[in-house]
Amino acid sequence: MQYPIYLDYSATSPVDPRVAQKMSECLTSEANFGNPASRSHMFGWKAEEAVETARRQVADLINCDPREIVWTSGATEADNLAIKGAAHFYSKQGKHIITSKIEHKAVLDSCRQLEREGFEVTYLDPAESGIITPEQVAAAIRPDTILVSLMHVNNEIGVINDIEAIGKITREKNVIFHVDAAQSTGKIDIDLDKMPVDLMSLTAHKVYGPKGIGALFVRRKPRVRIEPQMHGGGHERGMRSGTLATHQIVGMGEAYRIAKAEMHEENARILALRDRLLDGLKDIEEVYVNGDLAHRVAGNLNISFNFVEGESLMMALRDLAVSSGSACTSASLEPSYVLRAIGLNDELAHSSLRISLGRFTQESEIDYAIGKIHEAVAKLRELSPLWDMFKDGVDLNQVKWAAH
Amino acid sequence: MAYSDKVLDHYENPRNVGKMDDKDINVGTGMVGAPACGDVMRLQIRVNDQGVIEDAKFKTYGCGSAIASSSLLTEWVKGRSLEEATLIRNKDIAEELGLPPVKIHCSVLAEDAIKAAIEDVKNKRKAQQ
Repeated sequence: MQYPIYLDYSATSPVDPRVAQKMSECLTSEANFGNPASRSHMFGWKAEEAVETARRQVADLINCDPREIVWTSGATEADNLAIKGAAHFYSKQGKHIITSKIEHKAVLDSCRQLEREGFEVTYLDPAESGIITPEQVAAAIRPDTILVSLMHVNNEIGVINDIEAIGKITREKNVIFHVDAAQSTGKIDIDLDKMPVDLMSLTAHKVYGPKGIGALFVRRKPRVRIEPQMHGGGHERGMRSGTLATHQIVGMGEAYRIAKAEMHEENARILALRDRLLDGLKDIEEVYVNGDLAHRVAGNLNISFNFVEGESLMMALRDLAVSSGSACTSASLEPSYVLRAIGLNDELAHSSLRISLGRFTQESEIDYAIGKIHEAVAKLRELSPLWDMFKDGVDLNQVKWAAH
Repeated sequence: MAYSDKVLDHYENPRNVGKMDDKDINVGTGMVGAPACGDVMRLQIRVNDQGVIEDAKFKTYGCGSAIASSSLLTEWVKGRSLEEATLIRNKDIAEELGLPPVKIHCSVLAEDAIKAAIEDVKNKRKAQQ
């Protein structure tokens, strides 16, 4: 086994060797290095052909028309382009936008920017499960609502929203529906022929493709319009200028091709590993799974160990590359806003670990992780005054803490 | 974040972990921080009749730097008089452990803890007189 063991696939995934091979064929002078926009020679034509093959591969995974794929630098740019682009284009019809409190920062901060420009944003509260219901969306839509933006799968807790049902409502109400699918492609089936989604953000690096490349799906029928955010040579039918990064695009295409071919088998294997992990941890006292377990992608486990602080837990787990919802692990002083929004108190939010499994996770690694987590939780509880108090029957909610 | 060797050492081998009877007249308890903020320190000192700290114990819920700050503090206060112990500053702890700016509050908490423990034992003794 190699240490540390990578269990942070929701953050990013390594590039599949098959993808890396394809990418390396698009770089050097002997290879396919041309500018796909060069129309006057062979180098350009070959690059363009590679880009269009990749566009088909991406479209195939989500069942849409390749002409509906606009390359971007990643899901963050796709979110910005979708939200600001649609809001600006449709602002004459209204200035109200609906999103949720547990969206990715790329969505939330784009909405904040639009608020500064005079738009009004409703932030829906998820249930304890982490799910936004179609009913909540229907109730929030107003005559001046122009855009609903919701994530397909949450990046921290892995829970899945019913995009098809929400899309039926937005379509009926004639509201543009944007979905951030950064965490769902290759993890669950996406069929845009059935899902009434107008804009969908995609990324390569969560699906064993390279970082720095993503795409925005922009529906053609019924036609959705967006204002470009990046101006220049008019690439991507004017929606996103900038020379196409052939090697990145080819990498994303290959990654999505592999996902389509292998995802069902792969996700069954990952789910069995996740179940094994949870089985191995659930005998620890005061352990809580955060968010709905049934409506969740296979690779995600978000779990809180009460009375143990997240950063010290990660320090004890230096052999495991995992992430925590504790404030100490990030630049901010607040614990995870996602965990707070689904109703966790600060203690449990500070005590959380996100363990995410993927293509290269092995059973032996899961067994090792289970053992390490048991040891670490036991050690830190031995050190924890809160654990002492809990064991002495003190109700921690009744204690007057000197907040600092 | 990279931790200094000293933080790692205290974290791996915390000194003086434990609990004293807080009803004992010679024991001072300082409990500072809040679970909501991600750190709670409980520092306890046993003080002899000469006003010297004979023993110190701690338990800390918090990040590695908070654990290291309180562990180091128990080492430093042992053998000091109450007056000497009040002179310990968070700056000294932060310097000794090489805490980065975002972790300074851990050392502040440790200073608060020793002050609270000293206050506690003094109050107890005053109440008895």
